Amino acid sequence: MALTEDELKTLSYEPDAAGHFGDYGGRYVSETLMAALSDLDQNYQMLKQDAEFQRQFDSDLANFVGRPSPLYFAERWTNQIGGAQIYFKREDLNHTGAHKVNNTIGQALLAKYSGKPRVIAETGAGQHGVASATVAARLGLECVVYMGADDVERQSPNVYRMKLLGAQVIPVDSGSRTLKDALSEAMRDWVTNVDSTFYIIGTVAGPAPYPQLVRDFNAVVGREVKWQSKEIFGKYPDALVACVGGGSNAIGLFYPFLRDTEVQIYGVEAAGRGLSTPEHAAPLCAGRPGVLHGSKTYLMDNADGQISHTHSVSAGLDYPGVGPEHAYLKDIGRAQYVGATDADALAAFHEVSRVEGIIPALETAHALAYTKELAASMRPDQTVVVNMSGRGDKDIFTVAKMEGISLT
Amino acid sequence: MTAGRIQARMDALQQIGRKALIPYIVAGDPTPETTVPAMHALVAGGADILELGMPFSDPFADGPVNQRGAERAIAGGTTLGGVLDAVRAFRADDADTPVVLMGYLNPVMAMGERVFCERAHEAGVDGLLLVDMPPEEDGVLVRRARELEMDLIYLAAPTTTDARMRAIGEATSGYLYYVSLKGVTGSSELNAGDVSRKVDAMRAHVQVPICVGFGIRTAEQAAEISKAADGVIVGSVLVSAAEAHANQPEAVPEALRQVLAPMREAMDDVQAGLKS
Repeated sequence: MALTEDELKTLSYEPDAAGHFGDYGGRYVSETLMAALSDLDQNYQMLKQDAEFQRQFDSDLANFVGRPSPLYFAERWTNQIGGAQIYFKREDLNHTGAHKVNNTIGQALLAKYSGKPRVIAETGAGQHGVASATVAARLGLECVVYMGADDVERQSPNVYRMKLLGAQVIPVDSGSRTLKDALSEAMRDWVTNVDSTFYIIGTVAGPAPYPQLVRDFNAVVGREVKWQSKEIFGKYPDALVACVGGGSNAIGLFYPFLRDTEVQIYGVEAAGRGLSTPEHAAPLCAGRPGVLHGSKTYLMDNADGQISHTHSVSAGLDYPGVGPEHAYLKDIGRAQYVGATDADALAAFHEVSRVEGIIPALETAHALAYTKELAASMRPDQTVVVNMSGRGDKDIFTVAKMEGISLT
Repeated sequence: MTAGRIQARMDALQQIGRKALIPYIVAGDPTPETTVPAMHALVAGGADILELGMPFSDPFADGPVNQRGAERAIAGGTTLGGVLDAVRAFRADDADTPVVLMGYLNPVMAMGERVFCERAHEAGVDGLLLVDMPPEEDGVLVRRARELEMDLIYLAAPTTTDARMRAIGEATSGYLYYVSLKGVTGSSELNAGDVSRKVDAMRAHVQVPICVGFGIRTAEQAAEISKAADGVIVGSVLVSAAEAHANQPEAVPEALRQVLAPMREAMDDVQAGLKS
């Protein structure tokens, strides 16, 4: 299934007309949603070419989000590790504190252009919910966010943020009470209110055209890295690293580099308590193909095809599926997917906080943990760009609790 | 393709002027031992075709009632193999009532699409309805099911466009399952007038019988819907009855029969009224 380097250089990396990336992706939903997805696809393919839509998207990214985000040389950490030069793509400096807002701005504009007065979103860690509530407030759209009841407890500051922004947060009590259940509940809402409602999916998962459009809205990250790396060190990076839950920050960084095969690409999944235990959230490393939430992709299930309860210290990576384009990139050999455990991520969280003065999100800390290992194996004249996908303010309560420190 | 059990049953119903009553229950809800007696009880209560749910952990097209039914079944140890065993056991005593398996793709993929089709056929399954597999995503499963002459039942919805309706009408066999409202299973806003108009309009594109489900809870609603539709599919109200007796599983079959029987009676009264 792996392709040759020549093939990888010339692939289009676009899904087919029905939204398939190779065998993956597609539109595995109940009939009620088919018309809405097909309308969304048509609208999106049209607006993608629309100069006014693109102008407004770019303007919002510049003036509301604060793009471009810097490409920052992590000098002390580089010196401490003693391998390749490490650069952080500072998505943590975006308004709302993560890459998520790139996508929500794009989708909320789509909602507005499509005449839908109400948006819904699912959220795990709460970052996508906050980003959706933020953009809905700015555009004057009604916003409802579904969040697993356990996550509502784990991420109470973000719940309050969403409420401050005028969104209604609905805790989801079914199933494992986490992200996958929030996603199911959001799809139910959408089925019921399909005429008035735009569903802002937070990652590159779900039925077509979501994996493609979420990728396109996040691809600004990789496009900026292309010119920034040329400007700062005169060439493309030797390697890219990003954490992968659903995979939107990763695909945003990777996508513009897919044909540049001299650039090595690494996605880092949540290995939880270890890939040899059942307690992780790493479908690409240790799962198998199946169908979940509207697309065919790698996922974690038991022998009978029931979706597994996943585990990760990071709520944003705690999801049993992954975007179908990542499944495709794995199979054709364009990207490599590895795991970082809870313990690895926590160590990197502390290390980067102290050495670089940046508290990373726990999701991002997985990418940092692998970056350390990778950079150490590379030469000092080589460069690694890691997507600093989010800041860690939201996680300080989680980390403190794990370390037995009370903040209240 | 030779006429399968579903078409034979539909033809026979049409001859005697009766509309199909199609109950849905989740296999293994609340216990694996309940399923076969429940299937027989539903037939005794007036069922013409049985839809048996294959429980799935993440049933995003279903409402909370059916999701809890699936959760009870999975917690009780029901597997896809167990569902097929139940059909085989049912067939030992009932060679005529068609059985349709309804569910989501992932458990089927876990068993292997080809293996699943073969085992289902061997167990006596007549039709398959995969909620998250629209006609566009057909593949191994569809090919093997057709080779084995099992019916593939597809959904149509109020949002389905005419162009898609034609494609669905061509793909579906046995019957077409019309989802009567925008919502999940067990929703409450059913408008019989809308359903009737839509069913009439669909007949231009659909040659097989059109059965209507989602949101039908009472005998009156079943009777009303049966005026326009060829069949009425009843699910959540039965799963609710199973839930109410989850602690006395042996009482579930009779409870299901008691929900279904008045629907049968009301539907037959409508047909008798039309004839007289």
